[in-house]
Amino acid sequence: MSRYLTLSALAVLFLFPLVWSGWASLEEPSNYLEMARFGEGVGTYATNSVLVSAMTVAGTLAVSALGGYGFARFDFPGKNLLFLVTLAILMVPYATILIPLYVLLGYLGLQNSLVGLSLVFVMFQLPFALFMMRNAFEALPRELEEAALVDGCGTFRAFSKILLRAVRPALVTVGLFAFLASWNDFFAPLILLNDGSSFTLPVAVVSMTQHTFGAIDYGMLQAGVMVMAIPCLILFIVLQRHYVRGFMSGALRG
Amino acid sequence: MTLTTARTRRAARATPPARWRGRKLQGWLYAAPTAVIVGVLFVAPLVLVVWMSLNRWPLLGQATFNAPANYLKIADNPLFVDAVLFTLKYTAITTVLLSAVALGLALLVQERRPGIAFFRTAFFLPGAVGFAAAGLLFYGMLNNDFGPIDPMLRALGVTSEPVKWIGTPNMALFSTIALVLWRFAGFNMLILLTGLQAIPTEVYEAARSDGANRLQIFTKITLPLLRPTLALMLILSVTGSLLAFDQFFVFTNGGPDNSTVSMVMVVYRDAFFRFDLGGAAALSVVLLVALVGLNTLMMRRLR
Repeated sequence: MSRYLTLSALAVLFLFPLVWSGWASLEEPSNYLEMARFGEGVGTYATNSVLVSAMTVAGTLAVSALGGYGFARFDFPGKNLLFLVTLAILMVPYATILIPLYVLLGYLGLQNSLVGLSLVFVMFQLPFALFMMRNAFEALPRELEEAALVDGCGTFRAFSKILLRAVRPALVTVGLFAFLASWNDFFAPLILLNDGSSFTLPVAVVSMTQHTFGAIDYGMLQAGVMVMAIPCLILFIVLQRHYVRGFMSGALRG
Repeated sequence: MTLTTARTRRAARATPPARWRGRKLQGWLYAAPTAVIVGVLFVAPLVLVVWMSLNRWPLLGQATFNAPANYLKIADNPLFVDAVLFTLKYTAITTVLLSAVALGLALLVQERRPGIAFFRTAFFLPGAVGFAAAGLLFYGMLNNDFGPIDPMLRALGVTSEPVKWIGTPNMALFSTIALVLWRFAGFNMLILLTGLQAIPTEVYEAARSDGANRLQIFTKITLPLLRPTLALMLILSVTGSLLAFDQFFVFTNGGPDNSTVSMVMVVYRDAFFRFDLGGAAALSVVLLVALVGLNTLMMRRLR
């Protein structure tokens, strides 16, 4: 019983800030109207965030599913090297390669571009995603693929028509991690985007507190926090099982 | 079992069926998107950051070779030297507290009991919120006039003055650590839970039937068997803390008086306030080498 008392007290401590923020944002309904008009309009920032997350999730799923299948079922020269270099992304601190990425995206004509930002997110997701997808394809019985190949399908048809459906749980996990990372990240868009109209939500809402000479509108700020947090909270609660599988897979260990 | 699969695999390789011809090429095609992304967006920037660090590289305009000037001036950068000391202090405190809290939470929720899923979710939920959003949430919550914490403390008679949550260097550090604990404790709890659940229940039962008490079970069984998972959590926490940026940028903005400027914040300021990308690249290279070295060392030592 005392265990449940401790647990409940802790749960209050962990949930209180979220409940308070939601309540503070709603205390004056005008908070959301003010926020909607902030800067370029919250619609612009939310659209940017949705676009970046959608491109990151789609890109990560496509690249890691193709790669995972390739790594699980084929032998080719350089295979081990490519896998090791991809996993090395986990070893290299994220913050230290953003400055050269800023310059590099400039060479590619992708500076201040949502596409460029999404590609960078896909790269950061790849070690985890490729590891997950390779293991998922390796776990499939070879007969599944053999049957399709005997029927005269090419490997790509077997991959797209049969195998992809069989690894759907892993795809959900990879997609969820990619969404949470790209929707929430602050540092990469801060560095890679420099025009207000291309800001994603985190950069735009943080800018409500900076460079303001007048008073900060705290109610509006909490409305911004809620707009960022609610999609993640809902997705996490609905897909929790898939999130935990990402932890169990050992992929975090690199 | 293993032998037969190895043998069949070798047999398959010896006489590749007609439909498998060109499998090398196909393998390459499937891996090509990975190779392009990793090559262009990971390997190339790694090379570029080293090259940039050897040049005077203004934000706008032509780069000129000036090695090793960018490295030599690091020692003369008082902001960076202070930032190193501050970041190390922050990392030490955060890692100790975060490990302790995460371990406590994991032990509390490790057994399947009625309602335990709710508590696991409750402790993890802050981790689903973005770090920048979490920073802004605390920024409001700890505001003297707008937030609820000051009025509560006054009502309880703890204080009658407004609390300087981010007004003094020590309080700013304390408040930031509170934010980090709230945001990351559940994440680390989840990592530890994967380790705890890998310990077979028979081991506990055997210890209990041998008459071991709770403390003995914890120190003699749980901790040693949890060691690899604890090591992973420690490595993630140390690396994450050494690279701290969001919490200080969003929540304390480096203040008061630059007392909470982290190492990565100096890199950012050099690049985008002093327009010195070469200097920022040199700092990045130093951080990169130090962290990869530290990671390797910790993995060898702790595992």
